[in-house]
Amino acid sequence: MEASVRAQNIFKSFQSGKTKVEALNDISFEVEKGELFGLIGPDGAGKTTLFRIFTTLMIANKGNAWVDGLKVVSQYREIRKRVGYMPGRFSLYQDLTVEENLSFFATLFDTTLEENYDLVKDIYIQIEPFKKRRAGALSGGMKQKLALSCALIHKPSVLFLDEPTTGVDAVSRQEFWELLRNLQLQGITIVVSTPYMDEASLCDRVALMQAGKILDLDTPSGITRKFSKTLWSASSNDMYQLMNDLKADERVNTCYPFGQYHHITFKGLNQEIQSIEKMLAEKGHVDLTIQKTEPTIEDCFMELMNQ
Amino acid sequence: MKQFLYFIRKEFYHLLRDRRTLFILFGMPMAQILIFGFALTNEVKNSRIAILDNSKDEVTLSIIHRLEASRYFTIAENLNSYAELEPVFQEGKIRLAVVFPEQFQNSLLHTNEAPIQLIADATDPNVANTLINYASAIIMDYQNSMKETKEFPYVIKTELRMLYNPQLKGSYNFVPGVMAMILMLVGAMMTSISIVRETELGTMEVILVSPIIPIRIILAKMIPYLLLSMVNIASILIISVYILEVPINGSLSLLLFECFLFTLTALALGLLISSISSSQQVAMLISLMGLFLPTVMFSGFMFPIENMPMPLQLLSNLIPAKWFYYIVKDVMIKGTGLETVWKETLILIGMLVVLLTISIKKFKVRLE
Repeated sequence: MEASVRAQNIFKSFQSGKTKVEALNDISFEVEKGELFGLIGPDGAGKTTLFRIFTTLMIANKGNAWVDGLKVVSQYREIRKRVGYMPGRFSLYQDLTVEENLSFFATLFDTTLEENYDLVKDIYIQIEPFKKRRAGALSGGMKQKLALSCALIHKPSVLFLDEPTTGVDAVSRQEFWELLRNLQLQGITIVVSTPYMDEASLCDRVALMQAGKILDLDTPSGITRKFSKTLWSASSNDMYQLMNDLKADERVNTCYPFGQYHHITFKGLNQEIQSIEKMLAEKGHVDLTIQKTEPTIEDCFMELMNQ
Repeated sequence: MKQFLYFIRKEFYHLLRDRRTLFILFGMPMAQILIFGFALTNEVKNSRIAILDNSKDEVTLSIIHRLEASRYFTIAENLNSYAELEPVFQEGKIRLAVVFPEQFQNSLLHTNEAPIQLIADATDPNVANTLINYASAIIMDYQNSMKETKEFPYVIKTELRMLYNPQLKGSYNFVPGVMAMILMLVGAMMTSISIVRETELGTMEVILVSPIIPIRIILAKMIPYLLLSMVNIASILIISVYILEVPINGSLSLLLFECFLFTLTALALGLLISSISSSQQVAMLISLMGLFLPTVMFSGFMFPIENMPMPLQLLSNLIPAKWFYYIVKDVMIKGTGLETVWKETLILIGMLVVLLTISIKKFKVRLE
C-alpha cells in the first residue's frame, strides 16, 4: 500500500541572526493510509517546521516529501486541495462568528457545511449552540473544536494537526482525542503533534522528536518495550531532599520528577533496593516507598534524550 | 466566484466590526478636510493694524477708510506719535502699522509723490508679506480711483488678477492635497495592515493551504478598501463643494476616474508594503514614514516643489501623490480636461502597473 505521507531525508535550517539553527536534521518516515500518527517532542523539536513542509508552506533545504503521492514542492496546488491543516496557534477569525468562520472556510474550499455534514457532525453539534457567538469569545476547547471543523469541512484525505491540544483543559483534550479516533474510522489519515507525552499512547504509531531528529519511531507499546532498564518510582515526605539524596548516590543512573513520584533507574542491573532504602532512611526520610513501575513514553523519551 | 465573493464579504465583516478603525477610516477624512478648510488656513483675515496719521487730511482719511472696510484689516490702534509704535508691536497688539507723513495730501498734489510707510511684524515672514501685499493693493486701488478725477502724469499701474481662485482661498489648494493624503493613507496603510494581520494571526497559513488562487486573495483584500476610498472621495467632494465652496470646474467623471486610478496605486503600494513587513507595527511605520510623509512634503501642496534643491525635485517625481495633486488641481480647480493631464495620468498608470506587478510577484505563496 502506498504511504499517505512520506518524508525522505529532510533537512531544514533557519538563519537566526548570525547563528544557523538546524530545525530538521535528516528526517525520514512514512505514515500509512488511515493511520493516526503522532509527532511527540518538546517545543523546538521541529514539529511545526515539519508540518509546514508537508502542508507546502515551506520548502526543505534538502530531501523530498510526498502527501497522497504528490510532491510537496512541484504539486503543491493539488496538495492544498486535499489536506486539512490546523496550525499551532488558534488561526480562525476572532471577530467572525462560529457560523461565519465555518462558511468562510467551506467556500474557500468550494464546498458547504451541508455537503460534508456527516464528517463534522460529531464536532459541530457540540459547538452549534454557540454558532452566533464570535470565535474570540469561545473557550479554549471550543476554539479547537471549531478549528478542527474548519480544517475538516472539505473532507480532506490527510489531516495535519499542529499541537491541537496545547493549552486545552484535560476534559476537552480527552474529548478531542475521541473525535480524532472517530475521524480515523472514516478513513482519514491524521498526523498530529503534541508536547504531551501522555497523548502518545493514543496514537497508532509515534515518532519521538528532539532537536530536529527522530529519536525513535514505533507503536507506543513498541517504544515502551524498548526501555532497557528497570524503572522504579520513589516517594517520601520530603520530595526535594529525596531528589538530592538520590542524585548524590553513585549507584543511581537517572532520577527525575514524574507526577507525585520520582522515577529512578540504576546503573547496575540488579540493585539491592533494600540498601538504597536503608541509605535514605538513614538520611531521615519518612514514609519512604520505592516500587517497580512500568515505563511510559515519557520515560523512554528521557532515556533516549540522555543517550 | 462564490469563494471570491465570500472572501470579500469576510473582509467587510472585519472592517465593519472594528469600530475604532472604521471611525478612523471615515472620521479622519472629514476631520482633515474640515480642519484644513477652516482652521489651518494661510489666508490672513481681520489682522489688527495701527494707524499713525500725522497729516489727517482728506486723502489719508479715505485710505484709512478703505483699509478698515476690507476684510483683511481691523484698525486696533490710532496712534499719535512714533514713540507709541514700538510698544504696540512689542505687546503683540498689531501686526502692521500704516504711517502717513505730515502734509501728505499737499505733497501728493504738488509733487505728485507722497510716501506711506508700512511697518510689519515680520516674526512670521509669510504673514508679514501677505499683509504688506494686501495693504499695497488697497492703496494702489485708491490711487487708481483718484486718477479718474485728477491728472497724474507718471503713475505706473500694475494690474493684478488672480486666476482660478480670485479670492485666494486656501481650500482651493488644500482639497486636492488632503485628497491625496487620505487616499494614500487609507489605501496603503489599511491594506498592508489587513494583510500583515492575517500573517500575524496565523490565518494566512490556513488560507494558503487551500485551493484559492493567490491573486484572488490579493484582489479580495483590495476591493473593500477601494470601495471605502471611493466613499471617502465622494464625501470629501461633497464637503468641498457645499461647505468649503470649492467648485468642481472640470468633468466630474474624469476627476472620479483619476481618484480611482490613484487609489489603485495606493493599494498596490500597500500590497508591496505588506510583503516586506513582518508585523502590523512595521507595516504601519513604513506606511507612515515611507508614504504619508513624502506625500505631505513632496506633493507640492504644503511646500512648493520649485523651491526645493534639485535632488529633492527629482525625488518628488517618484511620489505618486505629486502627479495626482497636479491632476486634481487641473481638473477640479482649473477645469481643464484630459488634454492637459494625459501625461500625469499616464505616469500614474505606469506606476500602478509597475507596483502591481512587483507586489503580485512578491506575494508569498508560502510562508518564507
